[in-house]
Amino acid sequence: MTNTLTVPLYRLAHGRTGDKGNRSNISVIAWHPELYPILLEQLTEARVAQLFNYRQATQVKRYCVDTLQAMNFVIDAVLDGGVNASLNLDAHGKALSYLLLDLPISVPLELSTYLVGPEEAGTRAEPLQA
Amino acid sequence: MAQPERLLVGCAAGFSGDRLDAAAPVVDTMIEQGGPAFLIFESLAERTLAFAQLARRDNPDAGYEPLLDHMLRPVLAICLKHGIRIVGNFGAANPRAAGLLIRKIAQEEGISVPRIAVVTGDDVSGESCRAALDQALKENTAIESPSEPVSGEIVSANAYQGADGIVTALRDGAQVVVTGRVADPSLTVGPAMAHYGWREDDWARLGPAVMAGHLLECGAQVTGGYFADPGYKDVPDLFNVGYPIAQIDREGVCIIGKAARTGGFVTTQTVKEQLLYELHDPSAYLTPDAVADISQAVVRELGPNQVQLSHVAGKPRPDKLKVNAYYNGGWLAEGEISYAGPRAEGRARLAADILQRRLGHDLDIRVDLIGVASVFSDDRGQWLRGMADTGARDVRLRVAASHQDKTMADRLTKELNALYTCGPAAGGGVRTGLRPRLAMRSCFLGREHAPVSVEILD
Repeated sequence: MTNTLTVPLYRLAHGRTGDKGNRSNISVIAWHPELYPILLEQLTEARVAQLFNYRQATQVKRYCVDTLQAMNFVIDAVLDGGVNASLNLDAHGKALSYLLLDLPISVPLELSTYLVGPEEAGTRAEPLQA
Repeated sequence: MAQPERLLVGCAAGFSGDRLDAAAPVVDTMIEQGGPAFLIFESLAERTLAFAQLARRDNPDAGYEPLLDHMLRPVLAICLKHGIRIVGNFGAANPRAAGLLIRKIAQEEGISVPRIAVVTGDDVSGESCRAALDQALKENTAIESPSEPVSGEIVSANAYQGADGIVTALRDGAQVVVTGRVADPSLTVGPAMAHYGWREDDWARLGPAVMAGHLLECGAQVTGGYFADPGYKDVPDLFNVGYPIAQIDREGVCIIGKAARTGGFVTTQTVKEQLLYELHDPSAYLTPDAVADISQAVVRELGPNQVQLSHVAGKPRPDKLKVNAYYNGGWLAEGEISYAGPRAEGRARLAADILQRRLGHDLDIRVDLIGVASVFSDDRGQWLRGMADTGARDVRLRVAASHQDKTMADRLTKELNALYTCGPAAGGGVRTGLRPRLAMRSCFLGREHAPVSVEILD
């Protein structure tokens, strides 16, 4: 019997991407204070760096604001040069929050009551694990 | 008991191209609520000023927000009538011309011409600053700036000025303040400083005011815009989203609300998302007016659409101003063609392969399969290469490349067009585009190189 549930991050948290030059920041904000410690434990700099490795991110820094139950990931050199240099349709990287929010997270069953939204049957976009 | 004193600051635009019908409900609400009020317009994203500078080169009377007339005319008379003062960075590359247009609008509307202040000094592209700018770009390139040097001709260089020019203008009785590049939060900090008489080193109040401005500066992004995700983050009446109004008290603490009788909402979630938007270190949000620290910040719902931000600290402002410099950045070529039905993805991939083989030696081509992978994927194509054919049956191939030389970049659009007859079966709907690009570098420049100047139009 398993006593944890694996769900996408967006059921625990919401967030938004911002950009300045070639640097992206993605906020991850817990929907409920009870879910915040799970984020602290599982959403590490190393894990986020691995997620953005295929985009040649050079550094990931995680800032935590406990009073907001929020963290801010600052990801360097992840935008192919930024809005003026990238060839991406989404040159700002506006969509990147949803790449992060799709990461699988293990949640203890007793906290599943705090999860937001329905379970979704869709398929995850799998980044290349370079 | 007397009401605690409060200042209202409503935001009617968060970028150039924002909704033109946003201002009226904000103004109406501030009139209903009463008391001192300001209406701000933020219409300068990072690149907007460079485009404005190019427009001014073609026409010396242009270079300000092209939609200024449409933004301001509907609310100018009512704001002036009710003592609501207006502050906007819609002056872009030509604040004086914008000021003159506002004077003309007032005359055409048959209202007495307001006292209009024009704030300049942000332009550091001129010869007198060039040596200092070049040195700064060499020595203290901002961390987020691409590191490779730029060779193209400089188009624009503007310092992010603080609130000082706005404060001077308001203390001089200006009813409308037109600026070029100022830091976005300064549009709010200026009115708060002028209203409460804060000193320019009152960090404990300026820090919170900076964050109030930060929450306002993107318009609807704090009131439910850019937030909705059906089933997970539902927003009421997003089609009619209302723009924000901040109540700022004399300590700088703010309560974010929004225009009455509009859609959207203000919740602790919308406020937290906008609070961290485009922020790096939460304990050091650098602006020319103060360094704000939200590492202990508290966001609290006081009532429906009433969310308070408190416990923001302030620290002394940086010695230098951030400068964004733009250069001619060559040409961007883009093209698209669609494939549908059986094996559509296979045919789109073959078309991309043809372009790579014919042009790959001379151009670094980005390939997107819209409907399969086109956004998360990287310019180098790592993501797409690692992905097998998904069997998608409705795919739009999109390719892009940039080159310093226009003719070289244009080869991509020509080859894409040729796919009509030389490419895989049944490709259709070709669209191509070729546009000039800008390259950007950031640095920090001493304040002495960008002294602020305030002119009251006669």
